[in-house]
Formats: sequence, structure tokens, C-alpha cells
Amino acid sequence: MNHRYLPMTEQDQKEMLQAIGVQAVDELFSDIPEKVRFQGELAIKPAKSESALTRELMQLAAKNADTKQYISFLGAGVYDHYMPTIVDHVISRSEFYTAYTPYQPEISQGELQAIFEFQTMICELTGMDVANSSMYDGGTSFAEAAMLAAGQTRRKKVLVSEAVHPESRAVLETYAAGQHIEVVTVPQTNGITDLTVLKGLLSDDVAAVMVQYPNFFGQIERLDEIEALAHDVKSMFVVSSNPLALGALTPPGDFGADIVVGDAQPFGIPQGYGGPHCGYFAVTKKLMRKVPGRLVGETTDDEGQRGYVLTLQAREQHIRRDKATSNICSNQALNALAASVAMTALGKKGITEIARQNFQKAHYAKQQLKAAGFEVIQHGYTFNEFVIKLNKPIKEMNELLLEQGIIGGYDLGRDYEELSQHMLIAVTEQRTKEDIDTLVKELSEHA
Amino acid sequence: MHKKDQPLIFELSKKGRTGYSLTELDVPEVDLSTLAPEGFIRSSAPELPEVAELDIMRHYTALSKRNHGVDSGFYPLGSCTMKYNPKVNEAVARYAGFAHIHPLQEASSVQGALELMYDLQEHLVEITGMDEVTLQPAAGAHGEWTGLMMIRAFHEANGDLNRTKVIVPDSAHGTNPASATVAGFETITVKSNEDGLVDLDDLKRVVGDDTAALMLTNPNTLGLFEENILEMAAIIHGAGGKLYYDGANLNAVLSKARPGDMGFDVVHLNLHKTFTGPHGGGGPGSGPVGVKADLIPFLPKPVLVKNGDQFEFEYNRPQSIGRVKPYYGNFGINVRAYTYIRSMGPDGLKAVSENAVINANYMMRRLAPHFDLPFDRHCKHEFVLSGKRQKKLGVRTLDIAKRLLDFGYHPPTIYFPLNVEECMMIEPTETESKETLDSFIEAMIQIAKEVEETPEVVQEAPHTTIIGRLDETKAARQPILRYQKKEAVEV
Repeated sequence: MNHRYLPMTEQDQKEMLQAIGVQAVDELFSDIPEKVRFQGELAIKPAKSESALTRELMQLAAKNADTKQYISFLGAGVYDHYMPTIVDHVISRSEFYTAYTPYQPEISQGELQAIFEFQTMICELTGMDVANSSMYDGGTSFAEAAMLAAGQTRRKKVLVSEAVHPESRAVLETYAAGQHIEVVTVPQTNGITDLTVLKGLLSDDVAAVMVQYPNFFGQIERLDEIEALAHDVKSMFVVSSNPLALGALTPPGDFGADIVVGDAQPFGIPQGYGGPHCGYFAVTKKLMRKVPGRLVGETTDDEGQRGYVLTLQAREQHIRRDKATSNICSNQALNALAASVAMTALGKKGITEIARQNFQKAHYAKQQLKAAGFEVIQHGYTFNEFVIKLNKPIKEMNELLLEQGIIGGYDLGRDYEELSQHMLIAVTEQRTKEDIDTLVKELSEHA
Repeated sequence: MHKKDQPLIFELSKKGRTGYSLTELDVPEVDLSTLAPEGFIRSSAPELPEVAELDIMRHYTALSKRNHGVDSGFYPLGSCTMKYNPKVNEAVARYAGFAHIHPLQEASSVQGALELMYDLQEHLVEITGMDEVTLQPAAGAHGEWTGLMMIRAFHEANGDLNRTKVIVPDSAHGTNPASATVAGFETITVKSNEDGLVDLDDLKRVVGDDTAALMLTNPNTLGLFEENILEMAAIIHGAGGKLYYDGANLNAVLSKARPGDMGFDVVHLNLHKTFTGPHGGGGPGSGPVGVKADLIPFLPKPVLVKNGDQFEFEYNRPQSIGRVKPYYGNFGINVRAYTYIRSMGPDGLKAVSENAVINANYMMRRLAPHFDLPFDRHCKHEFVLSGKRQKKLGVRTLDIAKRLLDFGYHPPTIYFPLNVEECMMIEPTETESKETLDSFIEAMIQIAKEVEETPEVVQEAPHTTIIGRLDETKAARQPILRYQKKEAVEV
């Protein structure tokens, strides 16, 4: 058969079968028992030419309302941020994207060095000592943090704030079921973790106290107070954090966090309908040998030249097999590269500036909505997201907004029964004053 | 090649340089310290590099030249299916309607994305012979764990609470036992026989009323088809266990044998292997899981359903194991895999496996006189050689692998599977031409000759790479896992 991905000609096939010593291809499959041999043709769509297929798929893509055409105020863990054009150019270099895991360091120095740089940048942002080479996403790295804490403390219970992303908590529940770990939810009040309740739940059987910073409602949790409570009972302090916010916020490491996790999606990674994104996992030096996933370390070659290798692999599944504490193998290397390029492009000055703009624009939006008479639900301070209460179902409002070219905020009623008719609004640096004013106007008109 | 250090991006940094472009703040500004509690505004900026855009591009271009990908050259890394990554997949995944949509948008505003996912699921159902597929797992190992959690939920729903053991062959991928552990099971190893297949007597010995599942790769990691698969299925099912298919090696049997027809109850696929989502230097992948009807209630939620001509997510799944990942999986990789499947069609996929198997057998036969062939029978998409003969002459398989670097090849997988001494596991894939295979074969034959005549050339390899063999012991004993400014480290 002729296909652009299949170079074997009829002549090649003939010569190769002869060298193998068989008459026909089928002989090579004769070890498949007759009973399980697939007969006939797979009932899937016939092949399409490149042009015909791209035409079809472009039409399919056009059925979706994308943030290149619509103004988005939807965040809730995935954000529309500035994506430096250079990012896609770098990750499109196929020496990167067509490579496997860098198991042969001599011909993988590029990838290894890029990851080493990524690890450094994550440490800088989070204020932690060690960061791994990436995890699937923020949700699964959050769950893995609980597993690490349970293993390290030999305790079987974790306390999780209700103000952590509901989908991260749902993933944690699934992982915890596998490991027989009890997950206790600490309620939120007015969008922030209720510390009085937390205090009451703490005891010396708690492996970890897990919060999000800024939390799911956009609020800035009191990491100083939570740290003291967690460490009082020798429990691990785990913080899930939007790394872009850490351009302006004091990093969790400075507050004594033991494990900091999150998703680097805000750095040059498209929303992509939820994936692939890029989980990160950072710890104190004490936990270095317990980190899940791959780590890159610096070393030297036989002539003393600096180079990089995958290291501390004794932790990993391909060595420890059933003794491994995590089964992660593939990670999100290419997206870690994308995040590195975006963080590099932003640099020391840009990271501060972008975080500042998010703060300021969300603050402006909040003030304008308040002025327009909307109720803003808030206990303390917020970063680039906040909650407003509407007098109609959010789904209905979002349909009206969509007609005006706006993707509205998140319907909190989907996860919090008491918060129906509450919308979580995200305002990133991408939204102009005009965008914000338009949102306020549209919301007011349909209120 | 000239040896040269590439500075770290931090070492290229110069105070005052910028590489970004942000619109000026256009809203009234307030004092930042009023927007956060006291002590919560960072006192010093994170030390990210300060470099201009061209410096960034040159840095990463230099790094890319220090990296070998499939586009650079032959990459016969066994069990990893390093086939060509079609460029059209990359283009389609970047369409704004796929790349720039938010996972929490109302379903009505993303019908195109949902339609693609639904159709991909249907295609994977047909290709695997299963009854339903979830796209939620992010990678192969994640899929393994998801499948095992479903098997556990299935047994528990039947009141069958003592099925605590998962049987795994000694030739299995390392992720299999690790996934079993994370899913809360104990792993039991079943031996391979002298033909490289699962030893049925040993399987009968280890199976019991505590067996939750058998995890199997077919063809196995030796590249051999487990021809007793129906007997094995009968043994496991007879004991009340489930059969799990590790789809890492599916590239061998597309349109030839479907896991669903072999008796498997759960299957995971590696879309970044068989279905060309690129490997990306280690990820992202995508690891959909397919199940038979009796396991459908336990699928991760939400489940994508079609109501009339509308697609939507169904959350009301009381027996579901729950979520395994935020949102709906690695959509971008799924788009690439879908594009690939639609580019190949049924005839194309069949030819993929046929050509992959011909390529592997051709290489195996031509290399057999020069290396030890532990299992002398037709292989599927990959095969193993042993470097036993060379080891007797003082040259290890690791040395042979390093010597291949000098010829511009990525070496095969080495020292895996664990049940073959000095193992080399070679998977050519179907996208490589006969000329490429012949050149690689010639290089291997030359190395075998060098082992006999000038072993030091192999032992001291590589000779032409930008860096020599790296000191891995030093890296592990004195870990340096991040860059520190020079002043900081010289204590």
C-alpha cells in the first residue's frame, strides 16, 4: 500500500520477506491463534488525504468558541494569558518534540539542560529547594503530594480545604481510595478556608494540611497561620499554587511549605480544552529523595566537562517496580519546555509586571462591578479572580454573554450547592479596560 | 563533533534586558500592598533570567542541536515505538478552535471538540474490540492505574473484597507493578518459560481466589505473541480475575488481533506511541482506557455521551471510580492521534502493523549471526538480542549502545526486559525505510567486529558526541538539581 508515512515498496517487501525466509506477510502472524485473529476490515472511517482531512477538521474546530475570537473571563484553574510567540517556535523544533525521555544523556543534553533550567525556575518562583521535571497537571500533582506526605509521616489522613480546586480534590479522592487514605474536607467560609474548623480537625494522625494559594475563589489564604497549625501537629504543609501569581505574592516556601504543587499552564501553554498542561512538584531538601517523577542533575563527563543526567532514579518505577511510591513514567516534558521559554521571556521584570497587572485588572473589575450594584463575595484579598452573585442561573447568563462575544465566568453551583447563581470571574492581563467595561455593561443589562 | 559547553540561560542573563511584550496597564492603579495581607507581597523578585528575544531563541536552538529526535535520525528504542510524528497532526492541534478553548466552557460552545473526542472514542473501541473507552488518563502508566482502580471497584461491587493481588509477568514494563502498588494491590510475578512466553504452569500456581487481575502486554516485551492467550484468559477468568492489556505494544497487531477478542477486560493505549502523538522529550502522552461492558459503570467520570445530535458530559455515575485527572484528558494529544487515525484509515493501520513486523523480523534475521538471539522464532514489532557473546570479550551491552551514538543512532532499549542477559531490545517501526535499516544493520555488524578486533574502541565510546560518558554516581551522591549563582555555592 502506498502511504506517505510508509516507505516500504513492493520490491522492498519482496526482498525483506526473502531475507526473513517466508513467502508471505501472513506467515509472520501465524503465531496468533486462529480464534483471535482479526478477520476482515476495521469498521473505521476510510483514510482521507491531507487536504481533505484538514478541511474537515478546520470546520470541526470552527464549531468551538475559542478565546482568539471571544473575550474570556473564565479561569478556575486554566487561564488565557500572554503567550510569547517565541514559545511555539522553540517547542516546534523537532529535536525536542520527537525525542523520547533523555535516557541517553550524550545525545539528550539539550532536553536535560532545558529541564534543569525549568527545575531552577520553579524553585525560584515557589521558594523551594528542589523541583522535579514535571507532572501530568496540577490536579494529579496535588494528589501525589498527599501520597508523599502520607508515606513520609506514616499517617493515613489528609485535611483538604474546600477552597482547593474541586477537580483537584476529586482526583485526590480517587488516588486516596487506592492507598486507603482518608480525605477530610475543611469547609470554606466566604471563599476562604475556615481556620477555626481546621484547628478543631487537627490532631497527630494528620499527614498533611492541603490548601491552594490563591485559592479556587481567587483569595489569598493565610499561609502563615495555616503553617503554624499544620506543623504544630507535625503534619506536612502542602500548598497548591498558581505559579504566575508568585511573581507578586510571597512564595509558599517562605511560609514554610513542605510541598508546593500546581500547574505551569499560565506560562505559554494553551488552554487546549484542559490538556496537556504541566504539573509541577517542588519540595524542601529534606524530601528530595521522595519526590515522584524524574529529576535532572548536574554532573561531569570523563574529561570534567559539565553535563546533565536523569538522577536519583532509584525512586522511580522502572527501577523500584512494585516498591515505587509513584507510578509516573511519561510526564509533560515538552510543556515544561514551553513554560521555561515563557518564564525566560518574561524574566525577572516581566514576571513581576504580569502578576501586578493581574492584581490590578481584577481589582478594577471588582470595583466596577461593585459600583454597578453587584454583590462581591469575599472574605479577604484576591489575586486575579473573585466571586459575584447574580440573580439568575449562571448558565443562562453565560449563554446571553456568549451572544455578545464574551465567555463568562465559572458557574460555582456546579461544585458548591450553596453557590448556585455565583460566578467566579477571572481577569488576566489579557483583558483591556474596554473588555472589562463591556462585561460590566452586559452583566448589568441582563441582571 | 567539537565539545563545547552551552551556558545555562541564567548565565546569559544581564540586568536590564527583557524578552517580553505586555500592553501597558490601562486601568487605574492602586498601591499593590493594599491588595494583599501584610507580608504577602513578595519582597524580592524571583531570579528568572533577563535576556532579549534573540538570545532566548539562540539558546534554545543551541540546546535543540544537542538533542536527538526521530527527525534527527533512526531511533530503534524498543517498546517506545519511536515512529515518525506527522506534521499535519501538529498543525491541526494548533487550530484556534482546538488549542484555545477552555475546559469549563458550556458544552454548547465546544461541540466540535466533543464531537472529535466522541469519534476518537468510537475509533478506539473498534480498533481494540472493547465496548467503551475513556480518554481521561494522561499517559500509559496513568491508564494502567485507572484500569486497575476500575477492576478493584468491580470486585468490590461484587462483594469480592479479598482480591488483593495482581499478577505480572517477569518481563513486564516497570510501570505495571508500580501501578498495581499505587492502586493498592500486591504484585505477584509469574515466570516466563524458555520460549519467552508466560509459563502456564506457573500461572496456574500463582492464580487463586485472591487474584484481582493479570496484567499482560501482547505481544510481550520480548516482541513475542503470547500464543496461549486464550488458555491464560480461561485460567484467570476461571479464578474470577480480570485480564488487563498493556497497550504499549499495540503497534504490532493493528487489524491483526484485537485485545477485546483475546479475552481482555481492560485495555490502555499509549496514543503517543502507536498513534503518533509525539513523545515530546518524555511527555505529554495520552493513555485512554477501554473496557468490556461489565466494567462500564466504573469508568472515570464524567463520561462523554451523545444525546440526539448534541454531545455532553454525564456526571451522574454512582459506581464510577471518580476523576483521575482534572477536565477530560490530554485533549491536544488526542487531537493528534485522531488526525493520524483518520490519515491512515483501516487499510493504512493494517499496513502499519504488517510493515512494522516485517521490519523487525528483517533486522532480527540479519543481525542473528552476529549477536545471540535468545528466542529464535518470528517476532512481532520488536525483538531482543543478547550481548552475551560480546560480554565474554569484555564489552558490555552498554558499550555497544554508546558506540551506536558515534554512528548517529539512538541506541535500542538496553538491559530490559530483565529476564534476558545483556539485553538489547530493538523496535524499528514501520516508518523507517529499508535503506535506514540496512545502514543500522551494517553499523551493528561493524561494532560486533570491533568487539572482536579493537574492543577498546567500543569500550571507550562514544567518541564523537558533544559530551562523553557522564558520571551518574556523582550526580546521585552530590545532587545538584538547580542552578545557583556562583557566589552562593562557594561556601
